[in-house]
Amino acid sequence: MRYSAYSIIKQALSGNRLWKPAWREPEPKPHYDVIIVGGGGHGLATAYYLAKEFGITNIAVLEKGYIGSGNVGRNTTIIRSNYLLEGNIPFYEFSLKLWEGLEQDFNYNAMVSQRGVMMLAHSDGQRDAYARRGNAMRMHGVDAELLDRKQLQALMPYLNYDHARFPILAGLLQKRGGTVRHDAVAWGYARGADMRGVDIIQHCEVNAIRRDEQGRVTGVETNKGFIGCNKLALATAGHSSETARMAGLELPIETHVLQAFVSEGIKPAVDHVIVYGAGHFYISQSDKGGLVFGADIDYYSSYAQRGNLQTVEHTMEEGVSLIPGLSRAKVLRAWGGVMDMSMDGSPIIDRTPIDNLYLNAGWCYGGFKATPASGFCFAHLIAKNESHHVSRYLRLDRFERGHMIDEAGKGPQPNIH
Amino acid sequence: MASLITCPHCGTRPKEEFSIRGAALKRPDPAASEKDWHAYVYLRENPKGRYQEYWHHAAGCRRWLIVERDNVTHDVFAVSDAAAVRGASE
Repeated sequence: MRYSAYSIIKQALSGNRLWKPAWREPEPKPHYDVIIVGGGGHGLATAYYLAKEFGITNIAVLEKGYIGSGNVGRNTTIIRSNYLLEGNIPFYEFSLKLWEGLEQDFNYNAMVSQRGVMMLAHSDGQRDAYARRGNAMRMHGVDAELLDRKQLQALMPYLNYDHARFPILAGLLQKRGGTVRHDAVAWGYARGADMRGVDIIQHCEVNAIRRDEQGRVTGVETNKGFIGCNKLALATAGHSSETARMAGLELPIETHVLQAFVSEGIKPAVDHVIVYGAGHFYISQSDKGGLVFGADIDYYSSYAQRGNLQTVEHTMEEGVSLIPGLSRAKVLRAWGGVMDMSMDGSPIIDRTPIDNLYLNAGWCYGGFKATPASGFCFAHLIAKNESHHVSRYLRLDRFERGHMIDEAGKGPQPNIH
Repeated sequence: MASLITCPHCGTRPKEEFSIRGAALKRPDPAASEKDWHAYVYLRENPKGRYQEYWHHAAGCRRWLIVERDNVTHDVFAVSDAAAVRGASE
Protein backbone atom coordinates (compact mmCIF):
# COMPACT_ATOMS: atom_id res chain seq x y z
CA MET A 1 0.00 0.00 0.00
CA ARG A 2 1.29 3.42 -0.94
CA TYR A 3 1.07 5.98 1.86
CA SER A 4 -0.61 9.26 0.90
CA ALA A 5 -3.09 11.82 2.18
CA TYR A 6 -5.75 9.75 0.43
CA SER A 7 -4.70 6.55 2.24
CA ILE A 8 -4.84 8.34 5.60
CA ILE A 9 -8.38 9.64 4.94
CA LYS A 10 -9.52 6.26 3.68
CA GLN A 11 -8.11 4.52 6.77
CA ALA A 12 -9.60 7.14 9.07
CA LEU A 13 -13.07 6.61 7.56
CA SER A 14 -12.77 2.86 8.11
CA GLY A 15 -11.66 3.23 11.72
CA ASN A 16 -7.98 2.54 10.96
CA ARG A 17 -8.73 -1.19 10.80
CA LEU A 18 -7.29 -1.80 7.34
CA TRP A 19 -3.64 -0.84 7.93
CA LYS A 20 -1.31 -3.70 7.05
CA PRO A 21 2.09 -4.43 8.61
CA ALA A 22 4.80 -2.42 6.84
CA TRP A 23 6.85 -5.55 6.13
CA ARG A 24 6.38 -9.33 6.14
CA GLU A 25 7.96 -11.79 8.56
CA PRO A 26 9.06 -14.56 6.20
CA GLU A 27 10.84 -17.80 6.97
CA PRO A 28 14.27 -17.95 5.30
CA LYS A 29 14.53 -19.64 1.90
CA PRO A 30 17.36 -22.18 1.44
CA HIS A 31 19.31 -19.89 -0.91
CA TYR A 32 19.54 -16.22 -1.90
CA ASP A 33 21.52 -14.25 -4.48
CA VAL A 34 22.64 -11.89 -1.74
CA ILE A 35 22.56 -12.21 2.04
CA ILE A 36 23.09 -9.04 4.04
CA VAL A 37 24.08 -9.57 7.66
CA GLY A 38 22.77 -6.76 9.84
CA GLY A 39 19.28 -5.22 9.75
CA GLY A 40 20.37 -1.76 10.80
CA GLY A 41 20.17 1.39 8.71
CA HIS A 42 23.05 0.46 6.42
CA GLY A 43 21.99 -3.16 5.85
CA LEU A 44 18.38 -2.23 5.11
CA ALA A 45 19.43 0.66 2.85
CA THR A 46 21.72 -1.72 0.97
CA ALA A 47 18.86 -4.15 0.40
CA TYR A 48 16.56 -1.31 -0.67
CA TYR A 49 18.97 0.11 -3.26
CA LEU A 50 19.99 -3.35 -4.52
CA ALA A 51 16.32 -4.03 -5.23
CA LYS A 52 15.35 -0.59 -6.47
CA GLU A 53 18.44 0.60 -8.37
CA PHE A 54 20.36 -2.53 -9.29
CA GLY A 55 17.59 -5.05 -10.02
CA ILE A 56 18.61 -7.70 -7.50
CA THR A 57 15.60 -8.75 -5.43
CA ASN A 58 16.41 -12.28 -4.26
CA ILE A 59 17.90 -10.93 -1.05
CA ALA A 60 17.72 -11.73 2.65
CA VAL A 61 18.58 -9.30 5.43
CA LEU A 62 19.48 -11.28 8.57
CA GLU A 63 19.13 -9.43 11.86
CA LYS A 64 20.15 -10.88 15.23
CA GLY A 65 17.61 -8.78 17.17
CA TYR A 66 14.78 -6.77 15.66
CA ILE A 67 15.44 -4.29 12.86
CA GLY A 68 16.61 -0.91 14.01
CA SER A 69 17.52 -2.18 17.49
CA GLY A 70 21.17 -1.21 17.10
CA ASN A 71 22.94 1.98 16.19
CA VAL A 72 20.33 3.34 13.76
CA GLY A 73 18.15 3.95 16.81
CA ARG A 74 20.98 4.96 19.16
CA ASN A 75 22.54 7.98 17.44
CA THR A 76 21.88 11.71 17.80
CA THR A 77 20.13 11.82 14.36
CA ILE A 78 22.42 14.41 12.76
CA ILE A 79 22.94 14.66 8.99
CA ARG A 80 25.59 16.87 7.38
CA SER A 81 28.33 16.83 4.74
CA ASN A 82 30.78 19.38 6.18
CA TYR A 83 33.93 17.33 5.64
CA LEU A 84 37.38 18.44 4.60
CA LEU A 85 39.06 15.65 2.65
CA GLU A 86 38.74 14.51 -0.92
CA GLY A 87 37.85 10.94 0.07
CA ASN A 88 35.00 12.12 2.29
CA ILE A 89 33.28 15.24 0.89
CA PRO A 90 31.77 13.75 -2.30
CA PHE A 91 30.61 10.67 -0.41
CA TYR A 92 28.85 12.55 2.38
CA GLU A 93 27.44 15.09 -0.06
CA PHE A 94 25.97 12.23 -2.10
CA SER A 95 24.43 11.02 1.15
CA LEU A 96 22.96 14.45 1.94
CA LYS A 97 21.46 14.64 -1.56
CA LEU A 98 19.86 11.24 -1.04
CA TRP A 99 18.48 12.42 2.33
CA GLU A 100 16.93 15.41 0.57
CA GLY A 101 14.89 13.17 -1.71
CA LEU A 102 14.54 10.17 0.58
CA GLU A 103 10.99 10.55 1.83
CA GLN A 104 9.57 10.90 -1.68
CA ASP A 105 11.81 8.09 -2.85
CA PHE A 106 10.77 5.48 -0.28
CA ASN A 107 7.30 6.91 0.45
CA TYR A 108 7.79 7.15 4.20
CA ASN A 109 7.89 10.11 6.56
CA ALA A 110 11.40 10.23 8.02
CA MET A 111 10.99 13.83 9.26
CA VAL A 112 14.08 15.05 7.42
CA SER A 113 14.64 18.52 8.87
CA GLN A 114 17.31 20.72 7.27
CA ARG A 115 17.64 23.06 10.21
CA GLY A 116 21.33 23.80 9.70
CA VAL A 117 24.47 22.47 11.35
CA MET A 118 26.70 25.05 13.05
CA MET A 119 30.29 24.30 14.03
CA LEU A 120 31.62 26.91 16.46
CA ALA A 121 35.16 28.32 16.48
CA HIS A 122 36.80 29.49 19.71
CA SER A 123 40.20 30.75 18.56
CA ASP A 124 41.69 32.52 15.55
CA GLY A 125 43.38 29.30 14.47
CA GLN A 126 40.14 27.38 14.61
CA ARG A 127 38.33 30.09 12.63
CA ASP A 128 41.02 29.81 9.95
CA ALA A 129 40.66 26.03 9.92
CA TYR A 130 36.89 26.36 9.46
CA ALA A 131 37.38 28.88 6.66
CA ARG A 132 39.62 26.32 4.97
CA ARG A 133 37.05 23.58 5.52
CA GLY A 134 34.26 25.80 4.18
CA ASN A 135 36.33 26.57 1.09
CA ALA A 136 37.04 22.86 0.53
CA MET A 137 33.31 22.18 0.77
CA ARG A 138 32.38 24.97 -1.64
CA MET A 139 34.95 23.77 -4.15
CA HIS A 140 33.04 20.47 -4.13
CA GLY A 141 29.74 22.28 -4.63
CA VAL A 142 28.64 21.88 -1.00
CA ASP A 143 27.02 24.80 0.84
CA ALA A 144 29.04 26.46 3.62
CA GLU A 145 28.92 29.89 5.24
CA LEU A 146 31.35 31.38 7.72
CA LEU A 147 29.45 33.51 10.24
CA ASP A 148 30.94 36.09 12.58
CA ARG A 149 30.05 36.62 16.22
CA LYS A 150 27.33 39.18 15.54
CA GLN A 151 25.56 36.97 13.05
CA LEU A 152 25.79 34.07 15.50
CA GLN A 153 24.38 36.14 18.35
CA ALA A 154 21.33 36.96 16.23
CA LEU A 155 20.78 33.26 15.39
CA MET A 156 21.52 31.67 18.77
CA PRO A 157 21.55 34.27 21.56
CA TYR A 158 21.65 31.70 24.39
CA LEU A 159 25.27 30.60 23.87
CA ASN A 160 28.10 31.56 26.22
CA TYR A 161 29.88 34.02 23.89
CA ASP A 162 32.19 35.55 26.49
CA HIS A 163 33.52 32.38 28.06
CA ALA A 164 36.87 33.34 29.63
CA ARG A 165 38.81 30.46 28.07
CA PHE A 166 36.72 29.52 25.02
CA PRO A 167 34.93 32.62 23.69
CA ILE A 168 32.85 32.06 20.56
CA LEU A 169 34.46 33.86 17.63
CA ALA A 170 32.83 32.43 14.52
CA GLY A 171 30.78 29.57 13.17
CA LEU A 172 30.76 27.45 10.03
CA LEU A 173 27.16 26.89 8.99
CA GLN A 174 25.90 24.22 6.64
CA LYS A 175 22.26 25.17 6.16
CA ARG A 176 21.37 21.95 4.38
CA GLY A 177 22.47 19.85 7.37
CA GLY A 178 20.00 18.92 10.06
CA THR A 179 18.30 15.96 11.70
CA VAL A 180 16.18 12.98 10.69
CA ARG A 181 13.90 10.76 12.73
CA HIS A 182 16.24 7.78 12.91
CA ASP A 183 13.79 4.91 13.59
CA ALA A 184 11.75 5.93 10.58
CA VAL A 185 14.86 5.55 8.41
CA ALA A 186 15.13 1.88 9.34
CA TRP A 187 11.38 1.35 8.94
CA GLY A 188 11.16 3.22 5.63
CA TYR A 189 14.04 1.29 4.07
CA ALA A 190 12.68 -1.99 5.48
CA ARG A 191 9.25 -1.35 4.01
CA GLY A 192 10.69 -0.25 0.66
CA ALA A 193 12.92 -3.33 0.47
CA ASP A 194 10.12 -5.69 1.56
CA MET A 195 7.76 -4.27 -1.09
CA ARG A 196 10.35 -5.19 -3.71
CA GLY A 197 10.63 -8.78 -2.51
CA VAL A 198 13.49 -8.64 0.00
CA ASP A 199 13.11 -11.07 2.93
CA ILE A 200 13.80 -9.33 6.23
CA ILE A 201 14.48 -12.09 8.74
CA GLN A 202 14.57 -10.90 12.32
CA HIS A 203 15.90 -12.78 15.34
CA CYS A 204 18.21 -14.67 13.01
CA GLU A 205 21.76 -14.73 14.33
CA VAL A 206 24.66 -15.70 12.09
CA ASN A 207 27.00 -18.08 13.95
CA ALA A 208 29.41 -19.06 11.19
CA ILE A 209 30.31 -18.36 7.58
CA ARG A 210 30.57 -21.46 5.36
CA ARG A 211 33.21 -21.56 2.64
CA ASP A 212 34.05 -24.15 -0.04
CA GLU A 213 37.44 -25.78 -0.79
CA GLN A 214 38.51 -22.77 -2.87
CA GLY A 215 37.77 -20.53 0.10
CA ARG A 216 34.71 -18.91 -1.49
CA VAL A 217 31.80 -18.00 0.75
CA THR A 218 28.76 -20.21 0.09
CA GLY A 219 26.42 -19.29 2.92
CA VAL A 220 25.91 -18.78 6.63
CA GLU A 221 25.04 -20.99 9.58
CA THR A 222 22.31 -19.36 11.65
CA ASN A 223 20.01 -20.19 14.54
CA LYS A 224 17.42 -20.85 11.81
CA GLY A 225 19.72 -23.30 10.01
CA PHE A 226 22.04 -23.00 7.02
CA ILE A 227 21.19 -20.36 4.41
CA GLY A 228 23.10 -20.38 1.15
CA CYS A 229 24.05 -17.35 -0.94
CA ASN A 230 26.02 -16.24 -3.98
CA LYS A 231 27.26 -13.12 -2.24
CA LEU A 232 27.54 -12.31 1.44
CA ALA A 233 27.54 -8.70 2.60
CA LEU A 234 28.45 -7.73 6.15
CA ALA A 235 26.88 -4.53 7.52
CA THR A 236 27.35 -5.08 11.24
CA ALA A 237 29.15 -1.95 12.41
CA GLY A 238 29.85 -2.16 16.13
CA HIS A 239 30.45 -5.89 15.76
CA SER A 240 32.32 -5.94 12.43
CA SER A 241 35.39 -7.58 13.93
CA GLU A 242 33.20 -10.36 15.32
CA THR A 243 31.47 -11.11 12.01
CA ALA A 244 34.66 -10.73 9.93
CA ARG A 245 36.42 -13.13 12.28
CA MET A 246 33.96 -15.84 11.18
CA ALA A 247 35.65 -15.60 7.78
CA GLY A 248 39.14 -15.44 9.28
CA LEU A 249 39.61 -11.70 8.64
CA GLU A 250 41.23 -9.26 11.06
CA LEU A 251 40.10 -5.65 10.59
CA PRO A 252 41.67 -2.23 11.24
CA ILE A 253 38.92 -1.60 13.79
CA GLU A 254 38.47 -1.44 17.55
CA THR A 255 35.05 -1.33 19.21
CA HIS A 256 34.15 1.51 21.58
CA VAL A 257 31.05 2.74 23.36
CA LEU A 258 29.52 6.16 22.63
CA GLN A 259 26.88 7.59 24.93
CA ALA A 260 23.99 9.90 24.07
CA PHE A 261 21.51 11.82 26.18
CA VAL A 262 18.09 13.44 25.95
CA SER A 263 16.58 15.98 28.30
CA GLU A 264 12.97 16.41 29.37
CA GLY A 265 10.84 18.11 26.72
CA ILE A 266 11.03 21.91 26.76
CA LYS A 267 9.61 24.63 24.53
CA PRO A 268 11.43 25.26 21.24
CA ALA A 269 14.81 26.76 22.13
CA VAL A 270 17.59 25.25 20.02
CA ASP A 271 16.76 25.76 16.34
CA HIS A 272 19.92 24.25 14.83
CA VAL A 273 22.38 21.46 15.36
CA ILE A 274 25.24 23.07 17.27
CA VAL A 275 28.72 21.62 17.56
CA TYR A 276 30.98 22.96 20.30
CA GLY A 277 34.47 23.49 18.89
CA ALA A 278 36.27 23.64 22.23
CA GLY A 279 35.36 20.10 23.10
CA HIS A 280 33.36 17.58 21.21
CA PHE A 281 29.81 18.34 22.26
CA TYR A 282 26.85 18.47 19.89
CA ILE A 283 23.22 19.31 20.57
CA SER A 284 19.89 19.66 18.80
CA GLN A 285 16.27 19.71 19.88
CA SER A 286 13.92 16.96 18.80
CA ASP A 287 10.42 17.69 17.55
CA LYS A 288 9.11 16.34 20.86
CA GLY A 289 11.09 19.08 22.63
CA GLY A 290 13.86 17.02 24.20
CA LEU A 291 17.40 18.31 23.88
CA VAL A 292 19.42 15.53 22.24
CA PHE A 293 23.15 15.69 22.89
CA GLY A 294 26.38 13.76 23.14
CA ALA A 295 30.15 14.11 23.22
CA ASP A 296 33.14 11.78 23.04
CA ILE A 297 33.41 8.02 23.29
CA ASP A 298 34.51 6.50 26.59
CA TYR A 299 38.09 5.82 25.26
CA TYR A 300 38.37 2.20 26.48
CA SER A 301 37.43 -0.73 24.25
CA SER A 302 33.86 -1.79 24.95
CA TYR A 303 31.12 -3.93 23.46
CA ALA A 304 28.67 -2.92 26.21
CA GLN A 305 25.79 -0.66 25.19
CA ARG A 306 26.34 1.42 28.30
CA GLY A 307 29.10 3.78 29.41
CA ASN A 308 30.83 5.26 32.39
CA LEU A 309 29.83 8.18 34.61
CA GLN A 310 33.09 9.97 33.88
CA THR A 311 31.94 10.58 30.30
CA VAL A 312 28.48 11.59 31.48
CA GLU A 313 30.05 14.23 33.71
CA HIS A 314 32.38 15.41 30.94
CA THR A 315 29.47 15.75 28.50
CA MET A 316 27.36 17.75 30.97
CA GLU A 317 30.29 20.05 31.76
CA GLU A 318 30.87 20.75 28.09
CA GLY A 319 27.17 21.37 27.52
CA VAL A 320 26.83 23.83 30.39
CA SER A 321 30.05 25.55 29.34
CA LEU A 322 28.51 26.20 25.90
CA ILE A 323 24.88 26.77 26.95
CA PRO A 324 24.71 27.87 30.62
CA GLY A 325 20.90 27.50 30.61
CA LEU A 326 21.33 23.77 30.05
CA SER A 327 22.09 23.40 33.75
CA ARG A 328 18.37 23.89 34.42
CA ALA A 329 17.22 21.04 32.17
CA LYS A 330 16.84 17.53 33.58
CA VAL A 331 18.32 14.59 31.71
CA LEU A 332 15.56 12.14 30.94
CA ARG A 333 17.43 9.26 29.33
CA ALA A 334 20.98 8.19 28.50
CA TRP A 335 22.13 5.24 26.45
CA GLY A 336 25.16 3.79 24.71
CA GLY A 337 25.89 2.33 21.30
CA VAL A 338 28.96 0.39 20.22
CA MET A 339 31.06 1.81 17.41
CA ASP A 340 33.50 0.38 14.90
CA MET A 341 36.35 2.84 15.52
CA SER A 342 38.61 2.57 12.48
CA MET A 343 42.31 3.40 12.36
CA ASP A 344 41.87 6.67 10.44
CA GLY A 345 38.36 7.66 11.49
CA SER A 346 36.89 6.85 8.08
CA PRO A 347 34.70 3.93 7.01
CA ILE A 348 35.24 0.92 4.75
CA ILE A 349 33.01 -0.11 1.84
CA ASP A 350 34.95 -2.71 -0.08
CA ARG A 351 35.37 -6.25 -1.30
CA THR A 352 37.49 -8.46 0.92
CA PRO A 353 40.33 -10.81 0.02
CA ILE A 354 37.73 -13.61 0.30
CA ASP A 355 35.62 -14.32 -2.77
CA ASN A 356 31.91 -13.46 -2.47
CA LEU A 357 32.44 -11.56 0.80
CA TYR A 358 31.74 -7.81 0.93
CA LEU A 359 32.38 -5.49 3.84
CA ASN A 360 30.66 -2.34 5.10
CA ALA A 361 32.30 -1.32 8.38
CA GLY A 362 34.32 1.18 10.37
CA TRP A 363 31.72 3.94 10.66
CA CYS A 364 33.17 5.32 13.90
CA TYR A 365 30.45 7.59 15.23
CA GLY A 366 29.46 9.08 11.90
CA GLY A 367 27.43 6.24 10.45
CA PHE A 368 23.92 7.60 10.66
CA LYS A 369 24.37 10.54 8.30
CA ALA A 370 25.99 8.17 5.82
CA THR A 371 23.12 5.66 5.78
CA PRO A 372 21.68 6.41 2.30
CA ALA A 373 25.05 6.73 0.53
CA SER A 374 26.46 3.76 2.39
CA GLY A 375 23.51 1.62 1.28
CA PHE A 376 23.66 2.93 -2.30
CA CYS A 377 27.42 2.51 -2.69
CA PHE A 378 27.48 -0.90 -1.00
CA ALA A 379 24.65 -2.05 -3.28
CA HIS A 380 26.63 -0.74 -6.27
CA LEU A 381 29.70 -2.68 -5.13
CA ILE A 382 27.76 -5.91 -4.56
CA ALA A 383 25.87 -5.68 -7.85
CA LYS A 384 28.73 -4.59 -10.11
CA ASN A 385 31.80 -5.81 -8.23
CA GLU A 386 33.33 -2.35 -8.45
CA SER A 387 33.26 0.70 -6.18
CA HIS A 388 30.82 3.54 -6.76
CA HIS A 389 32.89 6.58 -7.72
CA VAL A 390 32.12 8.48 -4.48
CA SER A 391 33.14 5.56 -2.25
CA ARG A 392 36.26 4.58 -4.17
CA TYR A 393 38.58 5.85 -1.45
CA LEU A 394 36.91 3.81 1.29
CA ARG A 395 39.07 0.76 0.69
CA LEU A 396 39.96 -1.96 3.17
CA ASP A 397 43.61 -2.06 2.05
CA ARG A 398 44.21 1.71 2.24
CA PHE A 399 46.24 1.35 5.45
CA GLU A 400 48.64 -1.05 3.78
CA ARG A 401 48.96 1.25 0.77
CA GLY A 402 49.39 4.40 2.87
CA HIS A 403 46.21 6.11 1.66
CA MET A 404 44.56 6.87 4.98
CA ILE A 405 41.62 9.29 5.12
CA ASP A 406 42.43 10.88 8.45
CA GLU A 407 40.03 13.83 8.65
CA ALA A 408 41.34 14.91 12.06
CA GLY A 409 45.02 14.07 11.47
CA LYS A 410 45.24 11.92 14.56
CA GLY A 411 47.11 8.85 13.39
CA PRO A 412 46.39 5.16 13.89
CA GLN A 413 44.77 5.35 17.31
CA PRO A 414 41.12 4.36 17.11
CA ASN A 415 39.96 5.80 20.45
CA ILE A 416 40.79 9.41 19.55
CA HIS A 417 39.15 9.61 16.12
CA MET B 1 32.83 -0.31 34.27
CA ALA B 2 34.35 -0.24 37.61
CA SER B 3 35.14 3.40 38.30
CA LEU B 4 38.18 2.45 40.34
CA ILE B 5 41.48 1.12 39.04
CA THR B 6 44.01 -0.41 41.40
CA CYS B 7 47.39 0.93 40.33
CA PRO B 8 50.27 -1.34 41.46
CA HIS B 9 52.18 1.77 42.60
CA CYS B 10 49.48 4.14 43.89
CA GLY B 11 46.72 1.84 45.10
CA THR B 12 43.03 2.16 44.26
CA ARG B 13 42.43 5.36 42.31
CA PRO B 14 39.51 6.92 40.37
CA LYS B 15 39.42 6.08 36.68
CA GLU B 16 39.59 9.79 35.79
CA GLU B 17 43.30 9.79 36.70
CA PHE B 18 44.17 7.49 33.79
CA SER B 19 44.42 8.01 30.07
CA ILE B 20 43.99 5.10 27.70
CA ARG B 21 46.36 4.25 24.87
CA GLY B 22 44.71 1.14 23.44
CA ALA B 23 45.46 -2.53 22.79
CA ALA B 24 48.52 -3.79 24.68
CA LEU B 25 50.20 -5.40 21.69
CA LYS B 26 53.72 -6.70 21.61
CA ARG B 27 55.92 -4.44 19.50
CA PRO B 28 57.55 -6.28 16.57
CA ASP B 29 61.29 -6.46 16.14
CA PRO B 30 62.61 -3.37 14.25
CA ALA B 31 63.71 -5.70 11.44
CA ALA B 32 60.32 -7.41 11.24
CA SER B 33 58.56 -7.56 7.87
CA GLU B 34 56.26 -4.83 6.58
CA LYS B 35 53.39 -7.26 6.98
CA ASP B 36 54.14 -7.65 10.71
CA TRP B 37 54.44 -3.89 11.22
CA HIS B 38 51.20 -3.27 9.33
CA ALA B 39 49.45 -5.79 11.56
CA TYR B 40 50.91 -4.17 14.69
CA VAL B 41 50.03 -0.61 13.74
CA TYR B 42 46.67 -1.10 12.02
CA LEU B 43 45.03 -4.47 12.65
CA ARG B 44 43.23 -5.35 15.85
CA GLU B 45 41.94 -8.66 17.08
CA ASN B 46 39.23 -6.64 18.86
CA PRO B 47 37.75 -9.57 20.79
CA LYS B 48 34.44 -9.36 22.59
CA GLY B 49 35.40 -10.27 26.15
CA ARG B 50 38.80 -10.31 27.83
CA TYR B 51 41.13 -7.57 26.61
CA GLN B 52 44.47 -6.06 27.59
CA GLU B 53 45.01 -2.32 27.18
CA TYR B 54 47.82 0.12 27.88
CA TRP B 55 46.65 2.70 30.40
CA HIS B 56 48.80 5.61 31.54
CA HIS B 57 48.46 6.78 35.13
CA ALA B 58 48.65 10.37 33.95
CA ALA B 59 47.52 12.01 37.20
CA GLY B 60 49.41 9.61 39.46
CA CYS B 61 52.73 7.78 39.16
CA ARG B 62 52.85 8.42 35.37
CA ARG B 63 53.73 4.78 34.78
CA TRP B 64 52.43 2.78 31.82
CA LEU B 65 50.17 0.00 33.02
CA ILE B 66 48.55 -3.03 31.42
CA VAL B 67 44.90 -3.23 32.44
CA GLU B 68 43.22 -6.55 31.77
CA ARG B 69 39.44 -6.37 31.77
CA ASP B 70 36.27 -7.64 30.17
CA ASN B 71 34.93 -5.23 27.55
CA VAL B 72 31.35 -6.52 27.86
CA THR B 73 30.88 -6.71 31.64
CA HIS B 74 33.53 -4.01 32.29
CA ASP B 75 35.06 -6.10 35.09
CA VAL B 76 38.73 -5.35 35.78
CA PHE B 77 40.80 -8.50 36.38
CA ALA B 78 44.36 -7.27 36.74
CA VAL B 79 46.48 -4.13 36.60
CA SER B 80 50.22 -4.49 36.21
CA ASP B 81 53.21 -2.28 35.47
CA ALA B 82 53.90 -2.56 31.73
CA ALA B 83 57.69 -2.36 32.06
CA ALA B 84 57.70 -5.05 34.74
CA VAL B 85 55.74 -7.39 32.46
CA ARG B 86 57.18 -6.52 29.08
CA GLY B 87 60.57 -5.04 29.85
CA ALA B 88 61.48 -1.37 29.62
CA SER B 89 61.96 -1.36 25.85
CA GLU B 90 58.32 -2.11 24.99
